[in-house]
Amino acid sequence: MLSGVFSFVSAGLLVHLDAVDVAFTEAAVGAGISTVLMLSTLALTARHESLNRRPRAIPLIVVFLTGLTLVYGTLDMPRFGDPNAPIHSHVSPKYVNDTAAEIGMPNIVTAVLASYRGFDTFGEVTVIFAAGIGVLLLLAGTIRNAINGNISAMEHHLVLRVVTKVLIGPILLFALYVQFHGDYGPGGGFQAGVIFATAFIIYALVFGLETARRALPGRVVRILLATGVLIYGGTGLISFVTDHNFLDYSVLGATAVAGQHLGILLVEFGVGMTVSAVMVSTFYAFAGQNPPISDEDW
Amino acid sequence: MNLDDVFGLFNYWMVIVLMMTGFYIVVSRGNLVKKIVGLNIFQTSVFLLYISMGKVRGGTAPILTGKPEIYSDPLPHVLILTAIVVGVATTALGLALVVRIKNAYNSIEEDEIQKADDATEFGGELPQGAK
Repeated sequence: MLSGVFSFVSAGLLVHLDAVDVAFTEAAVGAGISTVLMLSTLALTARHESLNRRPRAIPLIVVFLTGLTLVYGTLDMPRFGDPNAPIHSHVSPKYVNDTAAEIGMPNIVTAVLASYRGFDTFGEVTVIFAAGIGVLLLLAGTIRNAINGNISAMEHHLVLRVVTKVLIGPILLFALYVQFHGDYGPGGGFQAGVIFATAFIIYALVFGLETARRALPGRVVRILLATGVLIYGGTGLISFVTDHNFLDYSVLGATAVAGQHLGILLVEFGVGMTVSAVMVSTFYAFAGQNPPISDEDW
Repeated sequence: MNLDDVFGLFNYWMVIVLMMTGFYIVVSRGNLVKKIVGLNIFQTSVFLLYISMGKVRGGTAPILTGKPEIYSDPLPHVLILTAIVVGVATTALGLALVVRIKNAYNSIEEDEIQKADDATEFGGELPQGAK
């Protein structure tokens, strides 16, 4: 709960610092998925920490000294908001000035993410993919049999069930809007993937894991997991065929700008697919470990 | 050092306070879940550091409006946006490891796990519940 609040507050701070895209992601990820994962791990392990017998003084001194060194390091840093800071004088002006002409989309963050630094983002997506595979490998083999008898986790909570049913449709629609509107406003594949996954996680939490598995089987999620990365990489490979660099989208359309638009749309779609599949399958893996929530726990 | 410097660096100092909070949790706690919570706090402080550096005074969010405006630096935004999602994926991986450790050792306290490891390696009494 507190970690959800923590994420929400930091998201508000990020909006204030003009990072709307980042704030969006933080709000979706922190307030939703990581809190759920943290809670299910706590339920699976131990609720209470056993008495700590370690000395506290040494870590405190180490932390304090490191902090002081870092503060000393900041004294030479450019002041907050300084437009002449070195960070603003290398590639960033190019991104800000050329995006309109080269990519032709208003959201500079999306343009940099998917096109200028597309290779970078491909790496990130692969990391997410690998982490998802890792979670599946670690947890898939140990699913308890108890879930087979799990009919519905919250049969008696009528209000929750009705509200959830009303909410899921708009959440999915909103995810699609965020996915395809990322070129123009804050949003994109990463945020949309997380929001999309949130809809299924709410569904599974309220109506039981088995019901959610029937709506979206784990096998389908695992296929989507790989397909997303494949779409991203495949889009990059198309330009290979026509003697261009990897992930150079200019060749995809009649004009360079049209090609960029199409390329970014495809790539973001792949990102969204992989991210949402990783989140859903991670949740399935964790929730499959849990014995069903009994009504007394509420 | 004048007042301008203090306000100009205040963000970075708060980032350092947050970072050291996370660091302290990681080094002082034996509980593996708490270590991951500490790492998450540490990670958030790094996000805030990057985004603070990207802010330009009088700037606005980097979405082109057609009018000449000052924009904040989009590059840190891109880096951090992906880092957040990668962060949650790796956190999930860490938590999965914790769950498996709990299954194998029946404990998520670092010293008890160490004790169980020593017992299997050098012989001796296994702590309760460890396999």
